[in-house]
Amino acid sequence: MALLQISEPGQSAAPHQRKLAAGIDLGTTNSLVATVRSGKAETLPDEHGRHLLPSVVRYTPDGVIVGEAARSAAAEDPLNTIASAKRLLGRGVEDVKQLGGKLPYAFVTGDSSVPRIHTLAGDVTPVEVSAEILKVLAKRAEDSLGGELDGVVITVPAYFDDAQRQATKDAARLAGLNVFRLLNEPTAAAVAYGLDSGSEGVHAIYDLGGGTFDISILRLNKGVFEVMSTGGDSALGGDDFDRAIANWILEQAGLADADASHVILRRVMDAARAAKEALSDAASTSIEVELDGRHWSGTLDRGTFDALIDPLISKTLAACRRALRDAGVSSGEIEDVVMVGGSTRVPRVRQRVGEFFGATPLTSIDPDKVVAIGAAIQADILAGNKPDDEMLLLDVIPLSLGIETMGGLVEKIIPRNTTIPVARAQEFTTFKDGQTAMAIHVVQGERELVSDNRSLARFELRGIPPMVAGAARIRVTFAVDADGLLSVSAREETSGVSASIEVKPSYGLGDSEIEAMLRDSIEHAGDDMAARKLREIQVEADRVIEALNAALASDGDELLSAEERERIDTALQKLVEARDGDDAEAIESAIKSLEETCSFYVERRMNASVRSAMAGHSVDEFE
Amino acid sequence: MAMLDFSKNYFELFGLPVGFVVDMDAIAERYRELQRVVHPDRFANASDQEKRLSMQGATLVNEAYQTLRDPLKRAIYLLSLHGVDIDVEKETTHDTAFLMEQLALREELEQAVSAADPYAVVGELMDRIGLQIKSLLAQMAIHFESPTPENLDAARELVRKMQFLQKLYSEAEAAEARLDDAV
Repeated sequence: MALLQISEPGQSAAPHQRKLAAGIDLGTTNSLVATVRSGKAETLPDEHGRHLLPSVVRYTPDGVIVGEAARSAAAEDPLNTIASAKRLLGRGVEDVKQLGGKLPYAFVTGDSSVPRIHTLAGDVTPVEVSAEILKVLAKRAEDSLGGELDGVVITVPAYFDDAQRQATKDAARLAGLNVFRLLNEPTAAAVAYGLDSGSEGVHAIYDLGGGTFDISILRLNKGVFEVMSTGGDSALGGDDFDRAIANWILEQAGLADADASHVILRRVMDAARAAKEALSDAASTSIEVELDGRHWSGTLDRGTFDALIDPLISKTLAACRRALRDAGVSSGEIEDVVMVGGSTRVPRVRQRVGEFFGATPLTSIDPDKVVAIGAAIQADILAGNKPDDEMLLLDVIPLSLGIETMGGLVEKIIPRNTTIPVARAQEFTTFKDGQTAMAIHVVQGERELVSDNRSLARFELRGIPPMVAGAARIRVTFAVDADGLLSVSAREETSGVSASIEVKPSYGLGDSEIEAMLRDSIEHAGDDMAARKLREIQVEADRVIEALNAALASDGDELLSAEERERIDTALQKLVEARDGDDAEAIESAIKSLEETCSFYVERRMNASVRSAMAGHSVDEFE
Repeated sequence: MAMLDFSKNYFELFGLPVGFVVDMDAIAERYRELQRVVHPDRFANASDQEKRLSMQGATLVNEAYQTLRDPLKRAIYLLSLHGVDIDVEKETTHDTAFLMEQLALREELEQAVSAADPYAVVGELMDRIGLQIKSLLAQMAIHFESPTPENLDAARELVRKMQFLQKLYSEAEAAEARLDDAV
């Protein structure tokens, strides 16, 4: 079959103008950053040669410490040292109470729905903690690449809901990063393996990290990764293995965990993790812990450990069964299983996953690094550095989206595992005569009752003209973008009253809170808000100018009449002039006006490329 | 808003003849080709305007794909192209014999989960529902071949019946899933 030649309107980077891009794996326990250099994706080490950055942030009166130094201080200074912040991202105060209840932090009880942790350096949110980690990784990439990053791809567990994704993006915004895309971790791992082996067919990605478990079933076909289904548990991971061992130690030592102080708990958890790691190779390991003024020692063998974690592994396999069912494939159809996440080093995990899928798990790429490597490959492509690359990722929404209807029931609007981007509309009506307002409550999850699902947002549509019950027609449209982020709009059809909202997650930060944090961080950096805004809009202007010039060079003569071309050139020239000035608003308005002038051209280009894609076909069929 | 050649119907968008019988492989292939051109990943570096347009384009292509590859959605869409709009929420078949049969099947499903070998009983039931769906699809294909008002009316009635069967089938699937999760 003849290969199709498809022009790529989005690829605007001129040759030799390589964009600087990085892939970031923001993990619960450890984080990594990777970039593509000389065609090879590699994770980047710190100055001591360490690739893994422990996702631990310590707040001191003298400043913020991130990584290994923070982690080693965790036992002495547990209240100011935040680990596993990812577990709290996008979570509400109520959720936090349920997350094991053993997080050794001083949560601030306040009016915000977002949990705040009290530290020596003030109260911090999980978003701010995550931003500190992102800043360190971005700096590592910039030092290594020798310039400012144009954009990053940040990975998230496939199972992350809208609030958790939004929180991740907020953290990136706080860290001053341009996010090309949020990429699901299992998909990233598939990319890392897929490009090496080029194997077509159906694959399973089993991703057991420190705090999250993900399973994805995807089909690879001619460079297109199509996610068929995804599932998992956003609060299950290797930390739970540690906790199972820790509970065993406390039990053996005859200590109730309620009696144990933060410091002791932390010590027991450290001993538990060391024991787990030792048992990856050894048949048994000895454990020594200093408890309240006494010393405890014991031996944990592989059999006991396996029995402790078997129920947790079974939970992951139940999710695998559901994912297979959703994908409509049997375990026999799976070509191979990619293992991701440090917790897949546990021999019992490999054994049971291998048995379940009837395939030897793939472990040739370091399971700690595979996600970051995949993210770097995707970032390089999104940056436009590989215009001829055929790879495309088609991902899905992990959890169904719906709204609350009468009686606290959920009406599903977009079912889980629908390919994104997607938009769906549904009509609702009033239930009382003369009703003029309607509350819309957006939820995410699979259960029938609203109270069993995750509440994402609430908003009100007002100004509905009074009518008899059932006469109004309210059309609610849900749109999920390629990052998996939701926006909702509602419109009363007979009167045209509309309400459009950006979804403010019930457990998220408001825009004003983010603004305030940005201001704070800038003040600390001794920067100036206005200068920053000007710089940002200039970068945006450069992007627009560059993209348009590339487009005009490739098909401007073909698609535009002389008169149209002149109009566009005039608007372009205005932006070029404004860009070199220092009036941010003038630049912004010049961008807007140029975009308006060009809108017909942009559409024409998109149509032309679609036509050329389809035209290739009729040729094929006659061959 | 107008973008792509959005005036085109889903079949035209995918470069396929308008009809009920479709080539699934061709649909999947065209889908991938269209997404290669319009997907937001191709525009990560582009202007906001192009990004918006690309998102709308990719959304449309996804919607078209979902519609074309699912027989029930495809039938409803085809009927609408022929000017027959079905209100899927409110319409129902009045074929008494068919409705009685549905009731019987539903009762069988309810009892199946407490059978000695529930998997076998639910599986057998799903096979039977699957056969009925197949038979309806075959009839549908014939009606759409010559879309006279009578044939479209008949197709509409088949759509109403299909909805019952598909709903029952997914309930059987859900019952099977509950059996799995209980293991």
